[in-house]
Amino acid sequence: MKEKTGTDPKTTRRLHLLDMSCAGCVDTVEKTLRSVPGVSDAQVNFAEKTATVTGDVSPDALVKAVGKAGYTASLLEDEGTESDKENAELSHYRKLLRQTVVSGVISVIIFAVSMFDMLPSLDSPAGRISWGVVSLLTLFVLAYGGGRFFTGALKSFRNHNANMDTLIAVGTGVAWVYSSFVVLFPDSVAGIARHFYFETAALIIAFINLGSALEMRARGKTSQAIKRLIGLQPRTARVVRAGQEVDVPIGLVVVGDIVRVRPGEKIPVDGEVTDGSSHVDESMLTGEPIPVEKKKGDNVVGGTINKAGSFFFRAGRIGKDTALARIIDMVRKAQNAKPEIGRLADRVSGVFVPSVLIIAVITMLAWFNFGPAPRITYMLVTTMAVLIIACPCALGLATPISVMVGVGKAAEYGVLIRKGDALQQAGQLTTIVLDKTGTITEGKPVLTSVEPVPGVLGGDELLALAAGVESGSEHPLAEAIVEAAKVKNIEMKPVESFEALSGHGVRAVYGGNAVLLGNRKLMDDNGIDTGSINEAAERLSKKGQTVVFAALNGTAAGVLGVSDPVKPDSREAVERLRKQGIKVIMLTGDNRVTAQSVAEQVGVDDFIAEVLPEDKAREITRLREGGEKVGMVGDGINDAPALAGADVGFAIGTGTDVAIESADITLMRGSLHGVADAVSISKATLGNIKENLLGAFAYNTLAIPVAAGILFPFTGLLLNPVIAGAAMALSSVTVVTNANRLRWFKP
Amino acid sequence: MNIAVNILGIVMAAFIMWWFWLSKPRSVAGAEGDVISVLVDGGVYTPSLLHVPAGKPVTLRFLRKDPSPCAEKVIFSGLDISADLPVGKPYDLSFIPGKAGEYDFACQMAMYRGRLIVEEETKS
Repeated sequence: MKEKTGTDPKTTRRLHLLDMSCAGCVDTVEKTLRSVPGVSDAQVNFAEKTATVTGDVSPDALVKAVGKAGYTASLLEDEGTESDKENAELSHYRKLLRQTVVSGVISVIIFAVSMFDMLPSLDSPAGRISWGVVSLLTLFVLAYGGGRFFTGALKSFRNHNANMDTLIAVGTGVAWVYSSFVVLFPDSVAGIARHFYFETAALIIAFINLGSALEMRARGKTSQAIKRLIGLQPRTARVVRAGQEVDVPIGLVVVGDIVRVRPGEKIPVDGEVTDGSSHVDESMLTGEPIPVEKKKGDNVVGGTINKAGSFFFRAGRIGKDTALARIIDMVRKAQNAKPEIGRLADRVSGVFVPSVLIIAVITMLAWFNFGPAPRITYMLVTTMAVLIIACPCALGLATPISVMVGVGKAAEYGVLIRKGDALQQAGQLTTIVLDKTGTITEGKPVLTSVEPVPGVLGGDELLALAAGVESGSEHPLAEAIVEAAKVKNIEMKPVESFEALSGHGVRAVYGGNAVLLGNRKLMDDNGIDTGSINEAAERLSKKGQTVVFAALNGTAAGVLGVSDPVKPDSREAVERLRKQGIKVIMLTGDNRVTAQSVAEQVGVDDFIAEVLPEDKAREITRLREGGEKVGMVGDGINDAPALAGADVGFAIGTGTDVAIESADITLMRGSLHGVADAVSISKATLGNIKENLLGAFAYNTLAIPVAAGILFPFTGLLLNPVIAGAAMALSSVTVVTNANRLRWFKP
Repeated sequence: MNIAVNILGIVMAAFIMWWFWLSKPRSVAGAEGDVISVLVDGGVYTPSLLHVPAGKPVTLRFLRKDPSPCAEKVIFSGLDISADLPVGKPYDLSFIPGKAGEYDFACQMAMYRGRLIVEEETKS
């Protein structure tokens, strides 16, 4: 019996379980969920604190059932989180704008009546009533537009903490209390000091709200990179179920599903192509502009876009395991990281607000003891100005806001920065060490030369012999030889006996002949006269090819040259690094002649050849001990110790099949341009952080003394607290706007 | 009058130093497997001083009520842990603090501040 509904009634839902503290709870929660009518299965993952429930049941019923069992559950909707966040931000922004407008309008009215003496003096009852109304209006502004500063200040105080709220609350609070005191007890204040600061308090609140709203708007732009990545996640997938193609929400795709991708569609999850072929645009993840060919057996990555062809693939990684989800997670974490340079600002902001409070007290006492009459007026104006102008926010924001934009910018170029310190150090590197195979070169050796000894064997015969002998070997050189024979359709006979001689080559019997295949040492050790092939061997070596010697029944039969082609843009990228004043060194296990040839092709400053894999890390240490700041670029798998030993380790990927957690910085694109991009972006971000820090430090160190009235003895100048409020509100907006400039940076 | 105001000022400065720098807020201790709830609102983490045992899993449940962007992130820089907190929804941050010591945690701008004290041995 089949229901005629558009969707399968048996759906899978995922719940987030908030307070499962022991593995014993798993059983309870599973039983509870299974007892809900309509549920056919429920599985709890204790590590993830999630439950996967299958059945025809509403999510509410599940959440309630779990709640009754004493746990808290919420429906897991990954794609909802970002829009929730945006909605919350938007409503907060609107609230700030409302507060700005309301407090602004009332402030202007209060300002006008005070400025143009529109109200009677306090000597008359009418004057007292009028000013009492002004006091209440100001109180309304403080409560409506600035209530959060007062509650925040109180809460902070109880926690032995002081922050921006404290400064604003104390500053505006003092203004209102003093002014209201004058209204209530005019006779207790000397006539000359009978000033009101209602408009000051109200205008400061209006300005600070405006500043917060502007800052919020500017801050939204700083997280555009992560929003772009999140936006790449498709919402549905077309999967083959029971022989039919159906569209299902992305959360319901399971590992092993066969997924259909049509032209122009986004690939929903990660997997392996099982049928069909196409070209896929992976630029959004790797920065690589040219679409990549995908055919049966190739991996595809969720979030990338299929071009003209159509294909099926088997889902391999879903949900949080997809490359895109891991990239998003990594970028987010890196955006939260703080490089060393920002830690000074953190230390300063840790003691900043109490210090400003103490400076305010000192200012007050200084004006009280040494100020001109009316002392109380000068005292109040300067103390308020000191409290209001100090801006811990600009100081606190200076580093993280630039890091957010910088890390996001890097991600746009396929450069994933994992640690905040790496972002700082990449711009300070003096030497970059490049591993040769797979980094400078393609990492896929191909047979480029076959040079038989005339009269012993023909070219194809030599290739057939070598390929036949090597057909059972997994050595990259052997694979290159066998591949070349396959391309030429050369028939290979089964090898009769085979012995691998580690580090030298192989000894085999093939077609009844004794064959030796390997390096020069193998030939020397077996007393083979290589006079007939020496010239060819040297010539191939100089071209950067790895030479394989062949001997047949004790006689030299020829040489084969295998080369690993240099990536087409390696030279250009090395040049970019050198132009940035960085010394570029190549590291390889190859012999000197081959290494030199590759080094010359790409134009590195120096090379270190014949390095065993285990010695790579030692070379890095040696360079660091020589005073260099060293970046190491490798494939992230074989070079892990060397990457870890460098100041900054770069793992270079091939497309998106990259071990993205393996290094400080991961390059999604298999191009060395990524290293140069990372260095440029790091330098730009560091420069931006410095500008912000300098601005924030300079602002506070200059503005606070001016507000305290340091210029007064020389110029008679005092800072109006309203101007102080406007300056303070603008200072953090300036920092965020400056960080946003990085968004337009091109490495 | 003059002396009284000056003494009041000095007392205020001394109080500021003592209250904000020398005395500590009340702390909350969590044992292994405990979930410690931390409210993020009004510019402060409540509680802001947390004690947890070293080497044992700990879950801090942040409930962010403050919608301003300042409160969005919580960063434990010494532990290399950070999280983006949703508004109005509890967020569980589970981890195993490895080494005993004092680790500050703060928002991105270091206005919200708290301290996690990881202790070597716990009383049984």
